[in-house]
Amino acid sequence: MAGAGSSVGKALEGVGRSVAGSVASLGFGASLVLDSVTWLLLGRRRGQRVRSGPVFAEMMEIGIHAIPIVTMLTATIGVMLAIQGIYQLRQFGAEGQVVLGVAFGMTREFAPLITGILVAGRSGSALAARLGTMTIRQEVDALQTMGINPVRFLVVPSLLAMLVMLPALVIWADLVSLLAAGLYVSADLGMTLTAYFNEVLAVLSAGDVLHGLAKSAIFAVLIAVVAIVDGSNVEGGAEGVGRVATNAVVHGITAIVLTDLVFTFATTRG
Amino acid sequence: MVQSEAAPPVIEVRDLVTHYGPREILHGIDLDIRAGEIMVIMGGSGSGKSTLLRHLLGLKRATSGSVRLLGQELTSMSELQLYEISKRIGVAFQGGALFSSMTVGENVMLPLREHTALDEDTMRIMMRLKLEIVSLAGFEDLAPSELSGGMIKRAAFARAVVMDPDVLFCDEPSAGLDPVVSRALDELILSLRDALEMTIVVVTHELDSAFRIADRITVLDQGRILTVGTVDEVRNSDNERIQNLLNRRFEEPELDPEAYLARLVGGEPRLA
Repeated sequence: MAGAGSSVGKALEGVGRSVAGSVASLGFGASLVLDSVTWLLLGRRRGQRVRSGPVFAEMMEIGIHAIPIVTMLTATIGVMLAIQGIYQLRQFGAEGQVVLGVAFGMTREFAPLITGILVAGRSGSALAARLGTMTIRQEVDALQTMGINPVRFLVVPSLLAMLVMLPALVIWADLVSLLAAGLYVSADLGMTLTAYFNEVLAVLSAGDVLHGLAKSAIFAVLIAVVAIVDGSNVEGGAEGVGRVATNAVVHGITAIVLTDLVFTFATTRG
Repeated sequence: MVQSEAAPPVIEVRDLVTHYGPREILHGIDLDIRAGEIMVIMGGSGSGKSTLLRHLLGLKRATSGSVRLLGQELTSMSELQLYEISKRIGVAFQGGALFSSMTVGENVMLPLREHTALDEDTMRIMMRLKLEIVSLAGFEDLAPSELSGGMIKRAAFARAVVMDPDVLFCDEPSAGLDPVVSRALDELILSLRDALEMTIVVVTHELDSAFRIADRITVLDQGRILTVGTVDEVRNSDNERIQNLLNRRFEEPELDPEAYLARLVGGEPRLA
């Protein structure tokens, strides 16, 4: 009896601990964002300005180096969306309407989502691993004792680069995927590319593109903050670093998908 | 070299108590470190010496008690005040803690770049000057990963002293090094004190190294200070635990059958 009671107690304690841990992580994440904004605005006055060099280096890594893979994946998704769209619409003899589906689907949903997942996998994990390694090797302590704020020095450049480059990648993904889909549609339905793009421009409003871009900006903050929170929670040695890198990807993608649902639900209905 | 006892201490620790989670690590530490001396904080693994160092550096907040560094109270300091005082200390971490994304030279120059308005050429000269002191001249363009363990520690020393700090902290300077390299690092510490007139705090478990460089030694054991004294005073101490430590004697843990039984069954001690 006492044994059963204590095992229930242990299980409850476990739940309690993990809830408390999650709440603590949320709080830490929020304070990181606040801290980053503060340092960005007041850094110069405090004698610790955010330097542009690391920001550009991060932008290269997060954005420019991701262009090939983003191009390939979103072009593929564009073509697949066109294939599936034509297949479905053929049931009603309305293949021509595929442009509508592709244009809305890519700009509002797939370009930001696919790019976000890709960047979480590429850069979120790298950021968590780097922070984890730096924590283990006392490099973060070293920054503190040199009088250099780690948020200003490490977090702000990553966050800023992510916030600029993810939406930029999504714009690129919009263009590439619409072009790839257009090539397929023109080949399959015998529509000229010019006619296709005219139709895309006719159906798409600026609001649709902005919907996708706004989402990607939120994704950017989520990916960076999740990676940094996970990375700085590192425990143990090399395997700890591997674990936080994996966590950053899993948590990052989960956060993106759930936020996507909430954002889409809140802004699309009605 | 050691100044008179009347001079105000550079570091003043009073009744420092600290916890990791529910576990109390330091049980009321009192310690004075005087200007210009080399103070070695010595103790075995788990003695609390690394924790004490983290408190002296302001990396950890105390449960209670006071830590004064260069006349300022660390425990109640704001983050920005802490950064200000950090410019007057240097720390050589155990593993070097050099940033792997930067070259050795950039690592050494980082504090200058962040805290001074010096131009690039002046910073480079100062960086080379410090690398010269630690016998690493010409290595500034290498990545930390291209250096040996001893060289990394020396580069870390160069970075620690690049701002000419008032106090230099060294965490296990000779751990993991062969005797020759470790001896060279000891000489380096002595020459830094003599040439730059720094107060130096060394945390170590290496007895030979401690006796070679120390002006005074603090022996820490299970979160308490056993003794503070000169090398001779510590050597001649009649405290059993100190003698055990000095003679590398393994200490029999006290035997408590009740507690032993409780540990085995994994619960509270049972009352008969």
